[in-house]
Amino acid sequence: MSFDFAVILARGPQILAGLGVTILIWIAGTLLAAALGFLVATARRFGGRFVDLALSLPVEILRGTPFLVQIFLLYFGGPYIGLRLDPIPAGLIGLSVYGAAYYAEIFRAGYQSVPTGHVEAAACAGFSRGQTIRFILLPEMALLVLPPAMNMAVILLKETALLSLITVPEMTMTVSAIGSQQYAFVESLVVLALVYWALVELANLLGRLAERRLSTFGTP
Amino acid sequence: MTDPAIRIATLSKKFGDTLVLRDISLEVPRGQVTCLIGPSGSGKSTLLRCMAFLEEPTSGSIEIEGEPLGFTGTGSARRRQSPAELRRVRGKIGMVFQQFNLWPHMTALGNVSAALRRVRGLPRAEAEARGMAQLDKVGLKERAGHYPAQLSGGQQQRVAIARALALDPTIMLFDEPTSALDPELTGEVLTVMRALADEGMTMVVVTHEIGFAASVAHTVCFLDHGRLLFHDTPEKVFAAPREPRLEQFLDTYLDRGAQMLR
Repeated sequence: MSFDFAVILARGPQILAGLGVTILIWIAGTLLAAALGFLVATARRFGGRFVDLALSLPVEILRGTPFLVQIFLLYFGGPYIGLRLDPIPAGLIGLSVYGAAYYAEIFRAGYQSVPTGHVEAAACAGFSRGQTIRFILLPEMALLVLPPAMNMAVILLKETALLSLITVPEMTMTVSAIGSQQYAFVESLVVLALVYWALVELANLLGRLAERRLSTFGTP
Repeated sequence: MTDPAIRIATLSKKFGDTLVLRDISLEVPRGQVTCLIGPSGSGKSTLLRCMAFLEEPTSGSIEIEGEPLGFTGTGSARRRQSPAELRRVRGKIGMVFQQFNLWPHMTALGNVSAALRRVRGLPRAEAEARGMAQLDKVGLKERAGHYPAQLSGGQQQRVAIARALALDPTIMLFDEPTSALDPELTGEVLTVMRALADEGMTMVVVTHEIGFAASVAHTVCFLDHGRLLFHDTPEKVFAAPREPRLEQFLDTYLDRGAQMLR
């Protein structure tokens, strides 16, 4: 048999539209996930024992169940409790919440990596809690948190492919639809793999640049 | 009558079930150097950390220049101060730690000027000018652009002292400031501290440097097992230690010196 990529690539504009949805959901979802994860980690760190315990449960559930099951529950199970979401919002929420559980753990490790003494020094210098987080804790943990945070972003990018199963018109759904229409399944999968890989490499490159910028202060 | 720099009244501190400070009362006069000495685990660092409210006293009270620190009221009427009130009272205190605790993502100048900019709200240029003056005072103007990881231990500790001084404290607390340094680097830190004492800064120093305590302190406090056993002028403490436990403690220092001669 022979591969015919031309039939896939001929639908360029459609593919680009799918790619656009993928990138949009990925970037928005990752930013929301990181922000939510940071809030959860901060609440767990400063909110006392009860808040810490209360937040550990959802984090464990989200990390302990497959992403596919979570989005199916959200999209198909949601209506049973009156939560009717269109595919794109459902996908974005699902991805953000799933990612937030992992980002919460990444930031928790980040908080733990900063020696208590550095926080005490900030307290003695008059920093409020908010100022300590912003000017001491966050920048100090940044270099340590960045590699796992970028790694998680890459994982989230690849997880967006599963959103095709709740009919989000992202790249996997678009390209595999073209593949079935044109009887070019394998070609469509190869194209998908290559585009995801290119995006991942691009993200890794950005991560390395950010790391280099942060690593000036000479700690490992 | 003016209040003493620090007034500690019947202070006790427990970690879990362990009583680490028992019923300590002490007044630190203004403009004087008070050294806290004693064996490891005697509670001297905990007592100093209570003076900055880095440890919460289990009972008793601490006043900084007549104002309560950390809690207001005593006994069952004891209430925790608001964070803003605590910051205001704590603002009179500069703290220097055994492990320096410089912020590794900032240069020496960044460490010294950060609180002036972020907490006091000074414009960057002014904060850095003041920070530079403090670095100059500890002899590190040329290292202003270095990060902590690029400085020796002694230099880091001098930056830490400059960082505390930049906020114009009236009281400086030192928690074993030279214990993490080798003997060669200890000297440069002690020199800075001596100069500060000569300026009349109120200082409380937890130290194992008996020589420093003997030559600089106005008062030496000896702690053992959480009790303040003895406090007096260094002449009285070191020349004629009448307390058997203190005598034993000082003997270990003499022993160490004697062993080196063997």
